[in-house]
Amino acid sequence: MKFLRVKAIAKKEMLQIRRDPLSLAMAFLMPALLLIIFGYAITLDVNNLTTIVYDRDQSSMSRELLAELTASQYFTIVRHAETPHEIDSYLDKGKARVALSIPADFSRDLRAGRAAHLQIIVDGSDSNTATIALGYLTALTERYSLQLSGGRAAPAIDLRIRVWYNPELKSRNFIIPGLIAVIMVVIAALLTSLTVAREWERGTMEQLIATPVKPPELVLGKLIPYFLIGYLDMAITVVMAVFLFEVPFRGNVALLAVISAVFLFGGLSLGILISIVTKNQLVASQISMVATFLPAFLLSGFMFAISNMPPVLQAVTRIVPARYFVAVLKGIFLKGSPLRLLVPSAIFLLLFGLLTFVAANRKFKKKIE
Amino acid sequence: MNNNNIAVKIDNLTRNFGDFTAVDHIALEVAKGEIFGFLGPNGAGKSTTIRMLCGLILPTSGTGTVGGYDIITQSEEIKQNIGYMSQKFSLYDDLTVEENINFYNGIYSVPELKKAERKEWILGMAGLQDKRGTITRTLPGGFKQRLALGCAILHEPSILFLDEPTSGVDPISRRNFWNLIHEMAKGGTTVFVTTHYMDEADYCDRLALIYRGTIIAAGTPNQLRKEFMSRDVLEIEADPLVAAMDALDHQGIETAIFGSVLHATVENAKNSIPRIWKILGDSHVTASRIEKIVPSLEDVFVTLIEKA
Repeated sequence: MKFLRVKAIAKKEMLQIRRDPLSLAMAFLMPALLLIIFGYAITLDVNNLTTIVYDRDQSSMSRELLAELTASQYFTIVRHAETPHEIDSYLDKGKARVALSIPADFSRDLRAGRAAHLQIIVDGSDSNTATIALGYLTALTERYSLQLSGGRAAPAIDLRIRVWYNPELKSRNFIIPGLIAVIMVVIAALLTSLTVAREWERGTMEQLIATPVKPPELVLGKLIPYFLIGYLDMAITVVMAVFLFEVPFRGNVALLAVISAVFLFGGLSLGILISIVTKNQLVASQISMVATFLPAFLLSGFMFAISNMPPVLQAVTRIVPARYFVAVLKGIFLKGSPLRLLVPSAIFLLLFGLLTFVAANRKFKKKIE
Repeated sequence: MNNNNIAVKIDNLTRNFGDFTAVDHIALEVAKGEIFGFLGPNGAGKSTTIRMLCGLILPTSGTGTVGGYDIITQSEEIKQNIGYMSQKFSLYDDLTVEENINFYNGIYSVPELKKAERKEWILGMAGLQDKRGTITRTLPGGFKQRLALGCAILHEPSILFLDEPTSGVDPISRRNFWNLIHEMAKGGTTVFVTTHYMDEADYCDRLALIYRGTIIAAGTPNQLRKEFMSRDVLEIEADPLVAAMDALDHQGIETAIFGSVLHATVENAKNSIPRIWKILGDSHVTASRIEKIVPSLEDVFVTLIEKA
C-alpha cells in the first residue's frame, strides 16, 4: 500500500468537500441544529402543568392545599372553576392538563378525623406527562396529609432518596451526552455514504479503477478527511454541551477522545461500505438513514431507555454501535466512569470498526459491474 | 508479427450482458508503437472491448494480453502500465486543472523529482499553462480533452487506451488531438483508440471495423479501401438531392447522402455515369457533376455494413 496514493485521495476529497456548500452545511450546521433543538426545545421535565381547580369547600384548609401545589412550581393554576362543566371544557380544549376537584365537605371531614376525598383528573393523551403529574400530585397530597396529622403517625418506612449522577433530574443532562453519539452517526454515515456513489455516478470512478490504486488506499483516503471533520464536530459539540448547556463532565477527557475516535472510525467505515455497495447516491443516503441514523436515534438508549423496550428490541440494540457509545458517553459525562468500566463497550466499537473497514475493502471491486 | 512486437493481443474475446452479446468472439493484434483504430457505430462493442483490455470488465470467454499481462488474471499489473482515457474524460469537475494533475501524479506514484516536470509538460502540451488555476468544469471541451489525455500519460505508459477521445469536440481540436497522438506514437507509445468518426480512420496505422460485436474488417486504411471496395464510388452533385436519391433508388442504384452530395456505389463507373445522367435528366433533377472518386473509409464501412 502506498501512502502517497492515500494522501492524493485524501487531499482531493478535502478540496471537494471545501468546495461543496451542501456538504459543509451538513457537516457543521446540522450538529448545531440538533444540539439546539434537543438542548433547548425538547425536555422531558414536567413543569408548570396547567391546572384547573374546582374548589367547592373554599376553606382555609383547601386553600392551604392549593398553596402547596403552586409553591411546588410543578403546577400552575390557570382557572378556579365555578361549575363542574368547566373541567370538561378546559381538559377537552387542552387549556388545562390537570384538574383537581375538592368536595364541599373536605375540611369538615378532615377536622372530624375522617378521611377526606380529592378527585384528580389528568389528561392522558400525553401519557408520559400524565404519569409524572400523577406522581407529583400523589406525593404532594401525601405530604400535606402527613402535615395535617401533625406527624403523629410515625411512618413505618423512612424513605431517604438520593439521585445519583443527575441529582437535579434534568432530562437535558441525560439527553445531550447521548445526542453526541447521534450527531456523530449522522455526520459519519450521511456524508461518507455519498462519496463513493457520487464518483460512480459522475464517471470519475471508472477512471480511478483503471489506475493502480488499491481498495485500502481508496477507503482510507476517503475516510481521513471525513474523520477530521467528524472529530472536529464532536469536539465542538462536547464544548457546547459543557459550556452552553452546563451538562456536567466528570470523566476523563483522554478516554472520551480515544473512544470517540474509534466510534467515528466505525461509523465512517459503515458509510463508505454503503456507498461502495450501492453505487448510487440516492439509494446510499436512504440506506444510511435506515441503517445508521434511525437505530442511533431510537435504539441507542440516547432518549428512550433500552430497559423499557420489549426483549426482542433489546436484543437488536446489542448490534447497534451507537448503543455502546451512548453508554460510554453517559458514563464519562455523568458518572466519571474509569477505563475498566468502559472497556467492554470500547472493545465492541473497535471490533465493529475493524469489521466494517475490512468489509468495505473486500466489497470494493475495481471492476465495472 | 512476432511476440516481442505485440502490445495487445486478443483471441475469441466475448462479453455477454444477459441475453445480449456485446462482443462476439473477436480477435486482433496490435504492434508496439502502432496507432490502432477501433471503429464502429455506437453500440458496436468498442467501449466494452476497451474496458476488457484495461481490466475494468471481465470477459465472458476468450483470452487476451496487454503488454504481456493476462487481461483476466493480471489486470492490476496491466493498470500499472497503461494509460486510460474514459469516454466521459472523467476529470474532477470541481478541482482546478493543476489539482487534477497533482491528483493523478499521486495516484500513479510519479517519482517526486519528476512530478513538476511532468506537470509542466502536460500543461504545455494541453495549452493550459495560464489556466492551471481554472476550475475544470469551466474549461471548453478541447481543453478538457487534452487535460484528460495528459492525466492518462503522467506516468509515461507504454500503451495508451483512448475511448472515443474526440467525441463532442470541435474539428480543430480533433485535428490537434490526433497530432498529439502521432507525436506519442513516434515516441514509441502504442495507442489503441476507439472512435465512431470514420474520417479519423486515416489517422491510424491499422484499423478494425466493428459492427454489432463482430469485427467485419481489419487492416491498414489502404488495404481496407482496396480489398473491400470491389465496386466503384461515384460522387453526384444534384438538386434537389432527395429527389435525385429517390430517382436513382427506383432504378436500383444505391446511394447515400454525404453532406451536400450523393455517393453511389456501382459495378462499373464507365457504364454507370451516362446512365445516371439520363435517369436524373428524365426525373427533372438538375445534376451538375457526376464523377468517380477514391472511396473514403466511410464508403467502405457503409458497404460492409450493408453486406453484414
